[in-house]
Amino acid sequence: MSETKKFMYVNRKAPYGTIYAWEALEVVLIGAAFEQDVSLAFVDDGVYQLIEDQDTSGLEMKNFSPTYSALGDYDVKKIYVEKESLEERGLSIDDLQHLTWEDEDEDYAEKDSIQVVTRAEMADLFAESEVMFNF
Amino acid sequence: MKFTIQVNEGPYQHQASDSAYQFTKAALEKGHEIFRVFFYHDGVNNGTRLTKPPQDDRNVVNRWSDLAAKHNLDLVICVAAAQRRGIVDDGEAKRNGKDATNIAPGFRISGLGQLVEGAIQSERLVVFGD
Amino acid sequence: MSMLHLVNKSPYERNSLDTCVGYVKEGDTLLLIEDGVYAAMSSGKASAKLSGLDVAVLGPDLAARGISEERLIDGVAVVDYAGFVDLAAAKDKVQSWL
Repeated sequence: MSETKKFMYVNRKAPYGTIYAWEALEVVLIGAAFEQDVSLAFVDDGVYQLIEDQDTSGLEMKNFSPTYSALGDYDVKKIYVEKESLEERGLSIDDLQHLTWEDEDEDYAEKDSIQVVTRAEMADLFAESEVMFNF
Repeated sequence: MKFTIQVNEGPYQHQASDSAYQFTKAALEKGHEIFRVFFYHDGVNNGTRLTKPPQDDRNVVNRWSDLAAKHNLDLVICVAAAQRRGIVDDGEAKRNGKDATNIAPGFRISGLGQLVEGAIQSERLVVFGD
Repeated sequence: MSMLHLVNKSPYERNSLDTCVGYVKEGDTLLLIEDGVYAAMSSGKASAKLSGLDVAVLGPDLAARGISEERLIDGVAVVDYAGFVDLAAAKDKVQSWL
């Protein structure tokens, strides 16, 4: 398929309490093969997905949080986290995983994938996107 | 116009499958094309032929099967979600050594790529869930 | 690009309506379906959140819940499923705030 669309995956759910976050990530990974213009947004409880040091060993559930750090390898480089959603929850970017991608045009320099944006900026990003997935 | 519909919840627990069905039916009646209906998360449970709702209630599964037969709809159940939740067709039963199948007529099991392709090929993606 | 926003949850149970209205732009329409329709009742305090927005409500969901159109705030359009399809086609994309 030659057509490229602007995809926006909107993540609004916390991990583990329900499966939405994990199965959303599966869509993103599979979707990467279609070479679309992909962005991920984390708003509301979705910001909890990116918290560092998740340990699910006491639950016997798969800890899927390391998968986020592989997103760069799948060419998913635009990860937007909403500032207001973080602040409402008493979180800052320092509480989140440090996600990066390698820029092959700049000798594989490591670049940050996560951008913290305001709600107004997020609204603009949503408005510009062509297809929205909500999880 | 070409639509892809995504259904994220099973029958009866949530209204999502009902709303998706009514939307799909209305879109077809208006002459739109439904490129695909994709069942994800617990939505895969819409595709078991083993449900037996009381007679005075709607049959959510049969309703999808009937609509698919009438309009040649492509009803796709996500394979990864289906494997977790036990929705099985002949191919899946063979591959995974299961002793039974339960997929309803008109449904097929396939990969998540079908959802992404639907989103690319269609002009609108409409998602129904919890 | 214009958007049809879908909210299917009661504003008294979930924050989907609050989240949604934070992203509504000029030219967008908000369609309340399923338990989302309760937000449009003029007697409820959540109806204040809809002021200034282009709001539609799914009629069959209203009727199922025993809410007559007279109980809605002024200016909301009541549509059937065909009207829902028309709205989805008229806007550039559809977003469900699940």
